[in-house]
Amino acid sequence: MRSLRVFSRGLVDENPVFRLLLGMCPTLAVSTAAINGLGMGLAAAAVLVASNILISLLRSVIPDKIRIPCYIVVIATFVTMVDLLMAAFVPDLHAVLGIFIPLIVVNCIVLQRAEAFASKNTVFMSAVDGIGMGLGFTVALMILASIREVIGSGTFFGISVLPLAFEPMKLMVSPPGAFISLGLIIGLINYLKNRREAERGA
Amino acid sequence: MDIKKLTVSSSPHLHSGDTVRQAMLLVLLALAPAALFAVYHFGWYVLAILLTGTISAVLAETALLRFMKKPLTIVLDGSAALTGLLLALNVPAGAPLWMVAIGAFMAIIIGKHVFGGLGYNPFNPALVGRAILVSSWPAHMMAWVGPGLISSATPLAMQRAGEAVPPYLDLFFGLKAGSLGEVSVFLLLLGGIFLICKRVIDWKIPAAYLATVALMTWVLPARGQIGFFAGDPLMHVLSGGLVLGAFFMATDWVTSPVTKLGRVVMGLGAGIITAVIRLYGGLPEGVTFAILIMNGLTPLIDRYTMGRRFGVR
Repeated sequence: MRSLRVFSRGLVDENPVFRLLLGMCPTLAVSTAAINGLGMGLAAAAVLVASNILISLLRSVIPDKIRIPCYIVVIATFVTMVDLLMAAFVPDLHAVLGIFIPLIVVNCIVLQRAEAFASKNTVFMSAVDGIGMGLGFTVALMILASIREVIGSGTFFGISVLPLAFEPMKLMVSPPGAFISLGLIIGLINYLKNRREAERGA
Repeated sequence: MDIKKLTVSSSPHLHSGDTVRQAMLLVLLALAPAALFAVYHFGWYVLAILLTGTISAVLAETALLRFMKKPLTIVLDGSAALTGLLLALNVPAGAPLWMVAIGAFMAIIIGKHVFGGLGYNPFNPALVGRAILVSSWPAHMMAWVGPGLISSATPLAMQRAGEAVPPYLDLFFGLKAGSLGEVSVFLLLLGGIFLICKRVIDWKIPAAYLATVALMTWVLPARGQIGFFAGDPLMHVLSGGLVLGAFFMATDWVTSPVTKLGRVVMGLGAGIITAVIRLYGGLPEGVTFAILIMNGLTPLIDRYTMGRRFGVR
């Protein structure tokens, strides 16, 4: 099943955050709490799926020389819709994520999937790719944000999960904590991957 | 591979017969008087802090060496113990033991082994541990106590608040508030001079560092003050972590320049950053961040101060 492979690729092997290191700016900035990670991930995923579908539909009419501006117009349209929808229905989350919602326009994941996948594949495959990559981004943000929130604030989705004696490690919810935890997670993933490959090779 | 037969060193390759282990033991010995003074000054609990820091660092080092399948004998070089002790000397006397242990783990893991272990770390591990603690638990790291365990502001904070600072002799012999290892300037100087005589450290870094801080704090008016040449350089040199940092941390072999001129630049730069933070920054003390920033610049300093090879234009 090719579609299944396309779908799972975004989640694991080509995970946009942990394997491709795309979209670092929102990843590092908003992953201070699990709810932010979930909101940001789903917003980007919605834009990704919609823009992948539309760009794939338009792939035969978009002139090659001005394809990037065309992608940006399509992506910006969906980002504006998501931005306004979030402002209307989840105003608190929208206020926390702030500038990072409009900035999905220039998120490399969305643009990269448009350029590398949607412009060359069928509408169905592009939709599957968008869902896979979008979920991969969401899951990665959730993992990073959960670790940072639990250690840095002692809470998970805003609910206190650790004993009162635990004193939150504030570093984890500050910017250096984002770099340190992302680096350690990627290091762990690389270690596990290398070990698995070494076992296979042996 | 038998690590004892293999000596890995940066140039020059003429070997003096000194080993990492001897040097680390000498530094530990030089730090011992100041550490013992901290126990005498602040009470027995300090001994628990020092032991926790040292043992935690050694345990973290052992665990990581095992995880990375490197020879466990590396732990005997004493560098982990020194990192742990230096970190413990950088906390206030009332620091909770769990915090000291986490700081030592972080110093060894984030400060040292993620970069490849001793010799590859760009930043001084003990200061990385301290920076992590300061930004994680500022309340614990700012809970200074003075003689008799009475909570008290550090001299630098007193001066900033416009209060009377203890007399110079008290500052020199350690009758003041501050982190464990920084209080007795007298014993730190003795240890530092011992290390310079033993040629473990180069006098250029501490000399340039102390002179720069003294000059800048003398000449420049602090924030909210007017008039030049009105500062109190002696107070600035005798207070805070300056002497501890200048002799024992800015001189770290791994993270400081190897060229002679580079070492002067290192001391100069750290001095400028420290003085600017003390005079105009948000925190009363800036030795930790000054040395860490200069650590980051060390490869660049080495590159631009490296002597020209003979015959090369």
